[in-house]
Amino acid sequence: MSAGACERCLRRSALIARLAGGIELAERRRRGCAVDLLGLDDDALMRALDAELGPRSPDEHEREPSLRRSANGTAAEPLCRHDSRYPASLTDAPSPPTVLWVVGGIARLRALLAGSAVAVVGARAASAYGLEVARVLGAELASAGVTTISGMAFGIDAAVHAGSLERADTTIAVLAGGPDRPYPKAKQRLHTEIARRGCVVSELPPGTRSWRWAFPARNRIIASLAAMSVVVEAAEGSGALITARHAREIGRDVGGVPGRVTSPLAAGPNALVADGAALVRDAQDVLDAVFGAGMRHAGESPPLAPELAGLLSAVADGCDSLHALLATGREIDATLAGLAELELLGRLRRGPGGRYVAALG
Amino acid sequence: MFARVRTFVIEGVQPRPVFVEVDVRSGLPAFTVVGLADAGVREARERVRAALLNSDFEFPLRRITANLAPAHLRKVGAGFDLALAAGVLAASGQLDPEALDRWAVFGELSLAGELRGCRGVLAVAEGARRARLHGLVVPRSRAREAALVGGVVVAGMEHLREVRDVLAGSRPAPRLPPSRDALATPSEHDLADVHGQEAAVKALALAAAGGHNILLEGPPGTGKTMLARRLPSILPPLTREEALEVTRIHSVAGVAPAGGLVCSRPFRAPHHTISASGMIGGGAGPAPGEATLAHLGVLFLDELSEFSRPALEALRQPLEDGVVTIVRGQRAAHFPTAFQLVGATNPCPCGMAGVEDRCSCAEPDLARHRRRLSGPLVDRLDLLVNVARPAVATISGPSATTSAAVREAVLAARERQLRRLAGTGVGCNARLTPALVRRHARLDARGQHRIERAYDLGGLSARGVLRVLRVARTAADMAGRDRVTDGDVLVALSLRQRFEAAPLAA
Repeated sequence: MSAGACERCLRRSALIARLAGGIELAERRRRGCAVDLLGLDDDALMRALDAELGPRSPDEHEREPSLRRSANGTAAEPLCRHDSRYPASLTDAPSPPTVLWVVGGIARLRALLAGSAVAVVGARAASAYGLEVARVLGAELASAGVTTISGMAFGIDAAVHAGSLERADTTIAVLAGGPDRPYPKAKQRLHTEIARRGCVVSELPPGTRSWRWAFPARNRIIASLAAMSVVVEAAEGSGALITARHAREIGRDVGGVPGRVTSPLAAGPNALVADGAALVRDAQDVLDAVFGAGMRHAGESPPLAPELAGLLSAVADGCDSLHALLATGREIDATLAGLAELELLGRLRRGPGGRYVAALG
Repeated sequence: MFARVRTFVIEGVQPRPVFVEVDVRSGLPAFTVVGLADAGVREARERVRAALLNSDFEFPLRRITANLAPAHLRKVGAGFDLALAAGVLAASGQLDPEALDRWAVFGELSLAGELRGCRGVLAVAEGARRARLHGLVVPRSRAREAALVGGVVVAGMEHLREVRDVLAGSRPAPRLPPSRDALATPSEHDLADVHGQEAAVKALALAAAGGHNILLEGPPGTGKTMLARRLPSILPPLTREEALEVTRIHSVAGVAPAGGLVCSRPFRAPHHTISASGMIGGGAGPAPGEATLAHLGVLFLDELSEFSRPALEALRQPLEDGVVTIVRGQRAAHFPTAFQLVGATNPCPCGMAGVEDRCSCAEPDLARHRRRLSGPLVDRLDLLVNVARPAVATISGPSATTSAAVREAVLAARERQLRRLAGTGVGCNARLTPALVRRHARLDARGQHRIERAYDLGGLSARGVLRVLRVARTAADMAGRDRVTDGDVLVALSLRQRFEAAPLAA
């Protein structure tokens, strides 16, 4: 393992992991204070947490055991802000992490962040439509050679990673807990795949559990690593909107995928667009925003036979179940066959409850 | 003195001959029953004694030994009362023992000597015919059922006194009123009641035509149960042999209406709390389960995801083999289970997936629901159709079709299958073996390309391919085509469930 972090920073990282419970209590008392606490130096941090954890001896952090040995047992490598390979974009974040723990290799992380990366985030309880949009955005950005960044949560986040991995190895997951710990557990397979082909990073050392405060805190890392943050679906108060806020505060581009005005899941991105965020319909919109209009092109899909094109546009227009399509007077055998054909061509996917979702690619 | 009476015991749903041997000789008064009789049969002693005395017969105050042979068969049920009573009469000189040679007797006695109806009379009558007996005495209320078999004189009696007279030949067996069983009775559940469910009706018709198992998925209140209830109405009518088989099973289980043939295909809808033995049969008897009661009909499992895993897993073998073997103690009982399975489920735990933005389920809940639904049993459901809320306009409008019209198409498709499969021992497309699929569902290059593409996309297992081809064969039969086209394959793919390969994001 190449030495990517100095002793001092490793001690600091261990200290934060050990004080995580105290930060949790402080955050519970005052929401959003975790990021501020992370910005304090060791002494100030411990003083600030006196109320939560009781007073400590002033030089306690000096005796913090080195994490170098514990890191040896895992695939995670530490990268501290004094190392030249520490991502420059990360220093824009409020209270940038002292150490970034990387699973997948520091060299690979540098390669993934060499071009512009785009964060795509959104709701956990996403709709089938949202999941499809996220998946296709991930896939098309990957096809265009753009690295995607997200949080590997249920719903939109996982769909973005999975979509990117369909086409390339260019995706980074930023976790709230230790980077070696898949969270949520159900995404273990996805975690393994990202670690094998892309990168999983976190500011907390390996083995650390995912504290509640760490979720909004890691969103600042997502926002700062990416040149643009796109919110696909997010109800009001969603963590994805915290990412968007961080991005805006540090001068990064923000994008929103618009949705139906009646859908609570569309409230977040619709509000972002209303406030001036870029309107994102597909990967091309993202590429235009990041690289300038017309500079980079997403791939085009081949043309369809007219009947199939008609069926596809009917689905895209909202006639998205067999039932609804038949209600418009279509012939049943032809409709069933057409839907299967479009599915085989990758232009349609099935969502829950027999709804069809038009693939955007 | 000694006498021997013939009767039958039901094992599974099959009659097994039993000889009731009665020996009366001097000694201290006693009445002993031996020969692997269960507690219910041993209780018969008290009923027999009271019934004989109350019918003005003499109950010999001597040592009476009754043996039920063969000894290895377990004797259960109340049907032995009459045989024991007749044996005691003959062994005590109140009836000529020779008179019993050509008759079998079966029935429960009341203390007053009346004959009570009991289960399994039709199976007993079949046993009597197989044993080439002249006649069979049964309770009058079940005489019509016994007479369905033919070839045996059925004496439906009401009282023990008359039984003695008939057996002794001093009175003829009473005539039975002729039965009026119509096999093609129209069902009271007709597809004409269904409005605006074109896709679901299409899938039901395919299921009926090819004998495929089907899963109906949709929000609560959209009519899944209503649709399933109408599947029997579009299935081919029962043949007389099939009707007899169904009646025999229902008679053994005690669910058959008194007297007469069960003319419509069974429809069984057990509650989801059912146990594995309730589903496939069990108990000390063992008694037939819901799978057997649905034999030659429809087994409907509403809220499929709520059924216990053991109950669902237990259905696997019966579903594949059409028969289930229950082993209890030293004996194995075979129950026929050639039913068609219809499952119904909500699309998600809250039931609202697919209804515009009303689903409130989180992804883990959806994954759990999917997990509960996936598994070897659900993999055997060839067709999946989503049932949606019908539009207001279609509810009040005229119905699109009737059961009679759909049944006609189904019958034509079945006719084609029977002609094609003659001599193979396979009756419908759902049971096609891989070899028969290769021979009869051969695809052109276009169809082959579709299947390969679906396989490559990961949505289809090797077994899934076979199932899609069977459904495609049925779709072609419905359209009256000899060859399976790529369009048939696509229709089958559209109606194929997608629980097999979870994408990385799920």
